Amino acid sequence: MLGGTTLVAAADLVGAGVPAAAVPGTPQPAESYDLNDFLTEAAMPTANLITVTVHEDGTASFALPRMEVGQGITTSTAMLIAEELELPVDRVRVTLADARPELLYNQLTGGSNTTISTYTPIRVAAAVAKGALLEAAAIQLGDTVDNLRAKGGVVQAPDGSSVTYGELARAAAGSTTRAMEVRLKEPGEFRVVGVGQPRIDALDAVTGRKLYATDLQVKGALPTMVCRAPTLNGTPKRLRNKAAVLAMPGVRNVAVVDSGVAVRAETFGQCIDAIRAMKVDWVDGPVAGLSDADIVDELRAAELPLPTLPDNPLAKTVDLDVLFYFRSNSAMDTNSAIADVRPDRATVWAGLKSPITAQQKIAEALGLSQDAVKVHVVQGGGSFGRRLFFDGALEAAKISQAMGKPVKLMWHRADDARVGRGHPMATSRVRAVHANGEVLAFQQSHTSIETDFRHGLGEIITANSADLPGGLGNLGFAETVFELTQEVPYDFGVITQTLTETDDRFNTGSMRNIYSPDVRVAGELMVDRLAAAMGQDPYEFRRAHLRNDRVRAVLDTVADVGDWGRSMPAGTAQGIAIHKEYKGCSACLVEIDNRPQQTGRDIRDGVGGPRVTKVVFAIDVGLVVNPRGLEAQMQGCINDGIALALTSSMHLRDGHFLEASWDNYFYTRQWNTPPDVEVVVMASDSAQPGGAGEAGVAATFAAVACAFARAAGSVPTYFPVNHRDPLEFTPKPFVPPIPQSPTNGLKLTY
Amino acid sequence: MPRQTFVLNGKPTTVDVHDDVRVLWVLRDLLGVTGPKYGCGINVCKACTSHVNGRAFNPCSVRVGDLEKTDEITTIEGLADTVDGDLHPMQQAWLDRDVAQCGYCQPGQIMAAVALVRKVRREGRSITDADLDGIRNICRCGTYTRIREAIAQGERQM
Ligand code: FES
Ligand code: FES
Repeated sequence: MLGGTTLVAAADLVGAGVPAAAVPGTPQPAESYDLNDFLTEAAMPTANLITVTVHEDGTASFALPRMEVGQGITTSTAMLIAEELELPVDRVRVTLADARPELLYNQLTGGSNTTISTYTPIRVAAAVAKGALLEAAAIQLGDTVDNLRAKGGVVQAPDGSSVTYGELARAAAGSTTRAMEVRLKEPGEFRVVGVGQPRIDALDAVTGRKLYATDLQVKGALPTMVCRAPTLNGTPKRLRNKAAVLAMPGVRNVAVVDSGVAVRAETFGQCIDAIRAMKVDWVDGPVAGLSDADIVDELRAAELPLPTLPDNPLAKTVDLDVLFYFRSNSAMDTNSAIADVRPDRATVWAGLKSPITAQQKIAEALGLSQDAVKVHVVQGGGSFGRRLFFDGALEAAKISQAMGKPVKLMWHRADDARVGRGHPMATSRVRAVHANGEVLAFQQSHTSIETDFRHGLGEIITANSADLPGGLGNLGFAETVFELTQEVPYDFGVITQTLTETDDRFNTGSMRNIYSPDVRVAGELMVDRLAAAMGQDPYEFRRAHLRNDRVRAVLDTVADVGDWGRSMPAGTAQGIAIHKEYKGCSACLVEIDNRPQQTGRDIRDGVGGPRVTKVVFAIDVGLVVNPRGLEAQMQGCINDGIALALTSSMHLRDGHFLEASWDNYFYTRQWNTPPDVEVVVMASDSAQPGGAGEAGVAATFAAVACAFARAAGSVPTYFPVNHRDPLEFTPKPFVPPIPQSPTNGLKLTY
Repeated sequence: MPRQTFVLNGKPTTVDVHDDVRVLWVLRDLLGVTGPKYGCGINVCKACTSHVNGRAFNPCSVRVGDLEKTDEITTIEGLADTVDGDLHPMQQAWLDRDVAQCGYCQPGQIMAAVALVRKVRREGRSITDADLDGIRNICRCGTYTRIREAIAQGERQM
């Protein structure tokens, strides 16, 4: 507990509740010690640096050292504080903390780890605050702490006298810092945790008051955009018509930076006009001239031979080989940031999931010391892994320095889609051996274009170790992440899963659920194959081979609720799949309609294709903080899984990605989304919460893949299944790099 | 510099800007009205959806010079003022269904939903599944299921 005029309570967790170390002898590391244990342990030594503050108006506040991007962690955090502090949720304010270097590894938002790693520290801090309030109340009310009861922000004594938290805040604060022991509530005592709670920012969201980076008004930070090269990651040589561009209406500044030519103007519209007028000489990017097929060849060449499997004359070998094309994690809110760089200091506002690394890298780029760079974390309009990096913030800082002016940088959608990060192309090969109705071995070899983990753990020491020459550091990170997240929870004899990565020329990163969606798809398609080879029902086969009761329970749930095995017309089918990660497990049952009346739908500027008509999803995350938020996350993940299976990918053609907007990159739309979605949140007696933000993508993608294979009568060899269809759009030009806004909007009103 | 005049959320508004600047930038960059969001600038994502004279339109695709003095622009900020009460029934439905995730697309989704209800009413009918399938507003967080539920509620209460 810290002194001051308001009560500030901190959690001290060092040494408490250390997760179990890896148990040797289990088939796969992720089963006993996973990525979340790693992230939680990394955050633990600094967990005591987070504080809950009680104010004289009776509210509590907390600056969360994580980033809200839609996953609902500000709401779940407010619930945890409300629970332990005995305060209504609407009197808890949760903001996002600025970059705080002293937090080291404890300011990274990723791996669906927020609730897992902050669940105890936040409750401890709230409980410390409540303890201090009770002590102060005991003095004021002339009774002992044990006799008092805190509820709804009021402390009551048995004689009926009472005092509010607001009245106690100053007295409770004391003047010295001291340690205090607390008892946390047992799950059985929870009244807020576990009860569905609407988002605390919902009213702001529906009234337009919720602010994202480009909505902030910072003095002098005028709209700024960048003209980019016609090949991916090409660089500017020179701007040939600078004077003409500067003379255009509204244009104030132009500067050549390493990523392109930046323009600052009175409106973004005038930035667009300026970019379209720019005549720039470029140096080609590193993949100039290359197309999808070249990268596929490169991946094939990087594939390691599959290991030899047990030699048994009665055994049969089944092979499966699946290719996954590039996909984009572009959010609705494009890469954007405000930067105000002065000669001796800089201030940056952006949506950042690794703000400490961002602060350090920005300082390095500007030639400033780290403490001269102030980094404010702003809520983001989606992330899907994109905001683990800080491409917009770093670029904005460089532009502001080059122009000597504050800038509000916004990436055009075309750039965000084409140049922004995404999920790398990958192949996943599975080989299984079975004999006498048993699976003897299951080998999966995943080969991928490099997944960039150079954000490290949100802190520059680890970020730089991921940046060692030759990609070795990053490969180590990638392999660690892969090994700590992947698991085949079936009794399939000798199980191995390996990762090989190659080629760092693309803009990649962790896309929602990282490796798991692709790995599960290949794995679950193989499970269906094995079931068929042995003449067994896919659900019964899974059930019989699962070695985890929690996974079996979610599988049973979707089979039951979704009426697995019901008879369906030709061209339609069910699919079922499971996944285990983030301390939880999930199962998904889908129905798909692949008949011509669906696939033949003519949709302007979009694709119809096969329609997923129904989804039943069961999720067991252990202890659930906010079931309503968890359901929402699963609903979102379901739409991601469908997109990955059926419609969403990037086409690399002649050195650049073609997809430049939502009429090219076909994320799930209303005409694709299932009309019938049911999410079952499993009851759990676990005392530990699991991760939720990404947990639904893998099982959905896999279930859709399995259903599609059944409906179409053949197992797809690549995803999304429409990738090699004739393009459904005319690619937008690369020079100029961004399209002009139309002018016919008044003719299209409804 | 030309003077542009129109009615914004019930108030006559004048701003000095060239005719061909799109209304979205006039609202966001010059007037500080940031409820309508940028998501594409080419009338595809629908994040900027607002109303002109009560009908849905996309300000990224309209030149400010094409607005008449009497044109009434309503953004999400002005939606509640078109009804009695603190919130429009569609906003309330969005709260009741807890639709928003990141929230970025939601002002546009709500404005589109209100216009859709008005449109089907003009046509003397109510919203069908085909109407819902036809909504073009993208939500990258994938909140479609709750959007559909909220529109059903909002339609009943409008
Ligand atoms: S920004 Fe207007 S439709 Fe996308
Ligand atoms: S709520 Fe995030 S884009 Fe719709």
